Amino acid sequence: MNNELIRLLAFLVGIIAFAALNAAYLVWVERKGAAHFQRRIGPKEVGPYGLLQPLADGVKLMTKQLLVPDGVDPILFKIAPIMLLVPAIMSFVTIPFGEHLAARNIDLGLLMIFAFASVNVLGLLLGAWGSANKYAVIAAARVISQNIAYEIPMLLTTIALIMATSTMNLNEIVSQQGGGIWNWNLIRLTWSASPLTPIAFLIFFTTMLAETNRAPFDMAEAESELVAGAFTEYSGMGFGVFFMGEYANIVIGAALTTILFLGGWQSPLPFLPNSVIWFLIKMYAIIFTVVWIRWTYPRTQFYNLLNLSWKILIPFSLANLIVTAGWLKVF
Amino acid sequence: MAYFNEIFTGTKSLFVGLGITIKEFFKPVVTVQYPHETITMSARFRGHIELTRDLDTGGNKCIVCGMCQKACPSGCITVEGEKREGVKGKVLTVYRLDFTKCSLCGMCVESCKPSAIDFSKDYNLAGPSREAYVFDLLKRLEEQR
Repeated sequence: MNNELIRLLAFLVGIIAFAALNAAYLVWVERKGAAHFQRRIGPKEVGPYGLLQPLADGVKLMTKQLLVPDGVDPILFKIAPIMLLVPAIMSFVTIPFGEHLAARNIDLGLLMIFAFASVNVLGLLLGAWGSANKYAVIAAARVISQNIAYEIPMLLTTIALIMATSTMNLNEIVSQQGGGIWNWNLIRLTWSASPLTPIAFLIFFTTMLAETNRAPFDMAEAESELVAGAFTEYSGMGFGVFFMGEYANIVIGAALTTILFLGGWQSPLPFLPNSVIWFLIKMYAIIFTVVWIRWTYPRTQFYNLLNLSWKILIPFSLANLIVTAGWLKVF
Repeated sequence: MAYFNEIFTGTKSLFVGLGITIKEFFKPVVTVQYPHETITMSARFRGHIELTRDLDTGGNKCIVCGMCQKACPSGCITVEGEKREGVKGKVLTVYRLDFTKCSLCGMCVESCKPSAIDFSKDYNLAGPSREAYVFDLLKRLEEQR
């Protein structure tokens, strides 16, 4: 019992530290990435390679006054950032970083992550509604319709995947992908997975970008049209917590992609040992791709964004579901 | 069929775009890290004017004819000179440029017969007050020695 308590405390501290460090250093990665994609250098003055820049940003955000403007809903305005951050951190509970490295090995882990992922949109909506700002409300309305549109193909592709794995336990899903790169769900060359999984991966990745409100689907913070979107009225640490939540969501999305399609902590070649390092390499590769995509594509128009989901992603994920079902029945 | 064609070409174009940006990612940086490194200005760069050095005497080439002063449309040049014994012509005593009014048109440089003034390559201009931009060009020439 006592041992269990210590274990949980260690994981709690570890997860919060991991989320906070990632949020801080992903800003650095984002800025460095943005710079080099445009052939600039990016942060370089604070510390070697600008590595202390996140620290300076954090100190600046924390020392700023927490401004609550007149006319906002004081309760919603204050709890909204937490509403965005808490579900993201909660989702870390069931992520298997290594073979035995998960805070809780829950049988319905995947379902739990999706449940919490739908709550974080609520945080954005409440914050935007509470701040009584027209830009924020427009951004929130966009984010909600975007999330409704993209949750469907995401869940459909995941259902197809679950039919092949026949479990929602994330650690179990990873275990099934052992023994080399050809056993990963992405390019699984066995009869137990449908041949459409590469397309399922593309759909899942696209919807993951949309779910985490990343470019080219960054309707929550369309700075060129909506000032700062849902965050317009936020300053200081309120804004900081929102940002941490956003980046924690990206980490969750990348981790989930890694677990579902890229074999989690499994090594790519059979003779290499499985380790948490593989998980981190894959996860950060996905995160780099997310940054790469942000600095490649302009923001999609809102109508095109919905068209993409309803006209392309949903029919394709439905087709994928049917083909997978038929495939599993036949073979 | 057009539907699938559009999806295919669209997806392909997305990957082409990613290919272009990743190539740029690994190319060398092109920005100049300004306070740490500077680039030399091109030969035709027009900074504020300065007196050119007479390579024979080491002083200035000004003959105090006042043509630059007259040519200046903004009236920002003040030239004063005096007659000295044993020296042919006038000797320059004051050459003041009020850079707050200068529009860098270059009329003064064009009007100068003995090529005594030219554009400087100085672009690091920052000062705490208006008065910092009234340049004493004669003093500047002395300091550059």
